[in-house]
Amino acid sequence: MDCLNCGPLRLDISRLASKLREGARLMVGQPDYEIYVAHRGRSHPDEPVMSREQFFLDRQARRFGEGGSRALRCC
Amino acid sequence: MLKRIVPALIWTAVGAAGVFALFTLATARGEKVNALWLVTAAVGVYLIGYRYYALFIAKRVLGLDPNRRTPAHRHNDGLDYVPTDKIVLFGHHFAAIAGAGPLVGPVLAAQMGYLPSALWLMSGVIFAGAVQDFLVLFISTRRDGRSLGDLIKTEMGAAAGLIAMVGILGIMVILLAVLGLVVVKALADSPWGSFTVFATLPIAVFMGLYGRYVRPGRIGDMSLIGFVLLLLSIAAGRFVAQSEVLGPLFTFKGETLAFMLIAYGFIASVLPVWLLLAPRDYLSTFLKIGTILSLALGICFVWPELKMPAVSRFIDGSGPVFAGSVFPFLFITIACGAVSGFHALVSSGTTPKMIGDETQIPFIGYGAMLMESMVAIMALIAASVLEPGVYFAMNSAPAVIGSTPDAVANVVSGWGFAITPQALADIAAQVGEKSILSRSGGAPTLAVGMAQILASAIGGSGAMSFWYHFAILFEALFILTTIDAGTRVARFMIQDLLGHFIPIFRNTRAIVPNLAATALAVTGWGWFLYQGVVDPLGGINSLWPLFGIANQMLAAIALTLCAVVLFRMKREAYAAVALAPAAWLYLCTLTAGFEKIFHPDPRIGFLAHAQRYADAQAKGQLLAPAKSALDMRRVIFNDYVDVSCAALFIALVVTMAAFGLIAMRQALRSETATTRETPDGLPELRTVAA
Repeated sequence: MDCLNCGPLRLDISRLASKLREGARLMVGQPDYEIYVAHRGRSHPDEPVMSREQFFLDRQARRFGEGGSRALRCC
Repeated sequence: MLKRIVPALIWTAVGAAGVFALFTLATARGEKVNALWLVTAAVGVYLIGYRYYALFIAKRVLGLDPNRRTPAHRHNDGLDYVPTDKIVLFGHHFAAIAGAGPLVGPVLAAQMGYLPSALWLMSGVIFAGAVQDFLVLFISTRRDGRSLGDLIKTEMGAAAGLIAMVGILGIMVILLAVLGLVVVKALADSPWGSFTVFATLPIAVFMGLYGRYVRPGRIGDMSLIGFVLLLLSIAAGRFVAQSEVLGPLFTFKGETLAFMLIAYGFIASVLPVWLLLAPRDYLSTFLKIGTILSLALGICFVWPELKMPAVSRFIDGSGPVFAGSVFPFLFITIACGAVSGFHALVSSGTTPKMIGDETQIPFIGYGAMLMESMVAIMALIAASVLEPGVYFAMNSAPAVIGSTPDAVANVVSGWGFAITPQALADIAAQVGEKSILSRSGGAPTLAVGMAQILASAIGGSGAMSFWYHFAILFEALFILTTIDAGTRVARFMIQDLLGHFIPIFRNTRAIVPNLAATALAVTGWGWFLYQGVVDPLGGINSLWPLFGIANQMLAAIALTLCAVVLFRMKREAYAAVALAPAAWLYLCTLTAGFEKIFHPDPRIGFLAHAQRYADAQAKGQLLAPAKSALDMRRVIFNDYVDVSCAALFIALVVTMAAFGLIAMRQALRSETATTRETPDGLPELRTVAA
């Protein structure tokens, strides 16, 4: 038993933590910033990209403001 | 070979465990049943439902296609449309559908015993609720993530779309009123509770300022600070309640709280979102998930016994919590957790824009609803571990059981649920309240049940008062968040609807239409809330059924849309998947609607209630809560408003059913499929072809 945490059932703690973090943020309407930046870089490389703070405020306003993505929560 | 046998064996074992647990529950008489049986039965039933029924719908009925491009790929913008990991998206969807509903309905329905509620929760979710969420999510995903109103408009016609919008607005108004009533009932005459809930305002504003100016976007920091401050406010609440100066300052009557809540709803929904709404949303979302997890752990560690009988004598419709017999009122009282029309709005909201692959839709749509049903089962357990005498003392109106511990113990014991005045006083002292009598609305009952379970896991009976106020705070917190988010949503709906007639209302940024529509929304729910607070029968008695009818009505409409879409896909052979639960919901909502209007018992029928007051008025008498002839007229007027409300819902539902039938007939006549799905393929190619 030299390796307690390996093999096919190896628990990847850092990956798990980042998924949990991503899930928690999306629960309150904040998508992943890195994915957004990567997408902009791929699809619109010449256009400006929002900073992390701008992105946060934009998503926050979107969640409760106008448009199709406002938060509808159940009873 | 082994690959086929092992899963088959596992699924057989799961099914057998579920069936055995159900059998134990259903046949146990006279002896106490452990809550774990209920958990086992539910988990077994849900897993079987997911493995067989959801898979059947996915493969046979809908034909989900893993190669079809979803809106998240088609419109990927890194913001609204993003292909998202299915576990992460499951969390997002679950957080959006699970609110106060599944925690309140089962607590109220527990008056009939735990078995009817448990059976409805399990069968309802498998065949109706989860199916609705799954189908609507599928339909919206195949149509660029469009909203329910839009979907009805394109598949069933513009008139049907407009009528559905009115219905959705109606359910929003009643929902906000009834949730407000739950908070008012929980905080009335409770300085400890009121103080902690008031404390959430400065805490949220502090978090908002921190998250905007000190460390923008750090949700984790913000929420942790907020959480610590919340715990401190619960601890401080004890001293506020005991203080001779502060205690009376934070002791409010129901009416006062109702007006405060109405003023709060108006102000909070016109403030910038980052200041109050967003930070409190973080707190309430994380607290909700955390509390649900701890309740689940608590039940699994403590193994509490169910003290409520499996079926109580109130199955006949004479119950003190809400009036009306099992059919249709049990199916109206428990909406969320079994089937909730509101989920059709969530499933056609943000989630379909983030689905990366169609084959994940059953896991997210069907699976998240099963999880919500599990939450409802836990709420049912929390209510059923209480001594039934305590449960009925907490949930019956003073007009029925009296208002002193002696009188209450006498009446409730007379019903066959033995309880002593001393026991009632002891529980109140344990949870740090002056009295627990007639604290209807579900939240306080759930809080006592949760406190009992959690205190036997951590802290012992000394911790009861902390856990009780923690539970009250957690419920009030996310109900307040729903109230101001919901007021905003209602405001946008009102602006959209009025915009059809008065174009200036369309402009959602102009200040006057904004304030006018907000005022209209707040007046709408505020009016029902106030009527509920002054109602001598506790308000929940009249308001919760209206809410249940509205919610189930929306589910019936959503399932009708699903059936229409199946017909248009030329898969009418499988339309029963949506039509059968829709028919059941039509039956329940229409029967309940008619009974609420015409039933001769004044506790059930609004007209009979109005008649009782009119008779007394004619003789010059006053009936509680009226204190003057003017009050008497107002009670009668309110009854007629409730009648109109129920009649409006009935008219809506019947019209939508007619639209559905017409659309199905049209689809049958056509030789080919007539759905309006977004065609598969690259958007660029479509433009060229057009």
